[in-house]
Amino acid sequence: MKILVCIKQVPDMESHFRPNGSATWFDESDLAFRMNEYDEYAVEEAVKLKEQLGGEPEITVLSIGPDRVIEAIKKALAIGCDRAVHINESAVASKEPWQIASIIAAYARSIQFDLVFTGMQSQDRGSAQVGVLVAELLGIPSTTTLVGFAYADGVVTATRELEGGVKGKVRLKTPALVTCQLGLNSPRYPTLPNIMKARKKEITTFQAGDLSSEPPLTGSSSFRHPEKKGSGVVLEGSVDELVEKVIVILKDKTAVLR
Amino acid sequence: MKLLLVGEYREGRLLDTSAELFGFAAAIGGDASIFLVGSAEDVPAFSGALYLVDAGLYGEYNPEVHKQLLLKAVEEVNPDLIVFIHSSYGWDLAPRVAASLKVAQVSEVIGFADNAYEVGCCNAKMHRNVTPSTSKAVITIQAGAFPALQSEGTPLVKVLSTDVASTTEFLGYEPAEAKDVNLAKAEIVVSAGRGIGKKENIEVIRSLAKAFGGELGASRPVVDAGWIDHGHQVGSTGQTVAPKLYVACGISGSIQHLAGMKKSGFILAINKDKDAPIGEVADVLVVADVLQFVPALTAKLS
Repeated sequence: MKILVCIKQVPDMESHFRPNGSATWFDESDLAFRMNEYDEYAVEEAVKLKEQLGGEPEITVLSIGPDRVIEAIKKALAIGCDRAVHINESAVASKEPWQIASIIAAYARSIQFDLVFTGMQSQDRGSAQVGVLVAELLGIPSTTTLVGFAYADGVVTATRELEGGVKGKVRLKTPALVTCQLGLNSPRYPTLPNIMKARKKEITTFQAGDLSSEPPLTGSSSFRHPEKKGSGVVLEGSVDELVEKVIVILKDKTAVLR
Repeated sequence: MKLLLVGEYREGRLLDTSAELFGFAAAIGGDASIFLVGSAEDVPAFSGALYLVDAGLYGEYNPEVHKQLLLKAVEEVNPDLIVFIHSSYGWDLAPRVAASLKVAQVSEVIGFADNAYEVGCCNAKMHRNVTPSTSKAVITIQAGAFPALQSEGTPLVKVLSTDVASTTEFLGYEPAEAKDVNLAKAEIVVSAGRGIGKKENIEVIRSLAKAFGGELGASRPVVDAGWIDHGHQVGSTGQTVAPKLYVACGISGSIQHLAGMKKSGFILAINKDKDAPIGEVADVLVVADVLQFVPALTAKLS
């Protein structure tokens, strides 16, 4: 069985974001990058499945971007993926979902994976499109927003998170693609021995332009801080001062403190 | 502009979100038609064309088949814009339709100007404009971003059918877990977010809730990490609350969390990130380390 996990490297969401020169996206300088949180669940679920099947499946982890994404790839290898594909694209920030999906599909088509795991969305772009687009381009069934996953004999039983705490159960036959929601499992931390072992695992590099040259279907502009709508007060200072101020405000503005 | 709105139907009834599709259509202007996999017994009041698919025949979740049926409606209407709600139904189906038509998709739209759509990014801390470069486009609109509008009239119903084979088998729904903590009735809710750092620090937030005489809530990451059970979760997949006072401790403020608490009477947020989106709804944002500020506030109240 061949499994593909698609991961993205994104900035730490607690960063202070500034627009790049053309305001199409953020300025990358001074940002610390890490694996997209949704993708951590995708990696974990793939590794759990490999364990369930006695280690038989081979897991390939794939990421698109400049050399910095190799750090995220190495983490996935240390967690238990077997081999990696780095699709080199220095201008990854200007690639929109259709282009990213076309690149992944161009690679995946040549291998014929049985199962593809992706996060349900990225934390930075949040389009929730790439996974489903890859499945459509490959012509395989897919389902999204998994909070439960089971596999047996070529059949995936997926539990989808719907609104209001309701869940929906779906069955689909492999080859298939699923997108993972937060909370699907408990992502493990890589152990030191596994980090060392991961160093010997193979990372194959492709150039994005050799796989797909689809033009973009959308353009991006005016990356900005949202206009502040609220009339909220921002308080800064020492903890003691802040506590005093907050108590005064709560007594004044709410009926809950006497 | 010609719009094709995609309504939602679940567990045998039309969902209220269709009113938000009408709200969006009225705001952007244009001729709207609706596509709905639902039932002739429960159609929205509306004075345009309704392309209806019998959910009894084709299932409430059956993406490959719903896609083919929606493409039939697209062929008939020839819309400029196909509009979904950004929901578990919409974000699942929209990219399939966009891929088949090979047109642009813009996800989780919160506004528009000219031909550009405003969307959030970077966990809603930032915004940007996305402009489709194809003549048709697919969009999903953020739940709650456009005011609900009750439409009037009786739709002209056109029934669609297909013999396309299904690729997924829908097995059924699991109801929401029973809520052992009733946050909705609490006058004060003090919630813990990822900013508390680790499970043990839940107790720091619980102590503040106690000092206020309120209930303990939590944001999704805290529940996903297993630091507290789901019964405490505030947000669109947890409970919706509107207490007199809501205290958000180390919660950045995802759209889903804000949807569950923004109607609170007074919102006090504590966060070390001054740009955190919780600041958009907070009456007071205290820029501080939660683990220093909260114990100090608790001591003062006790």
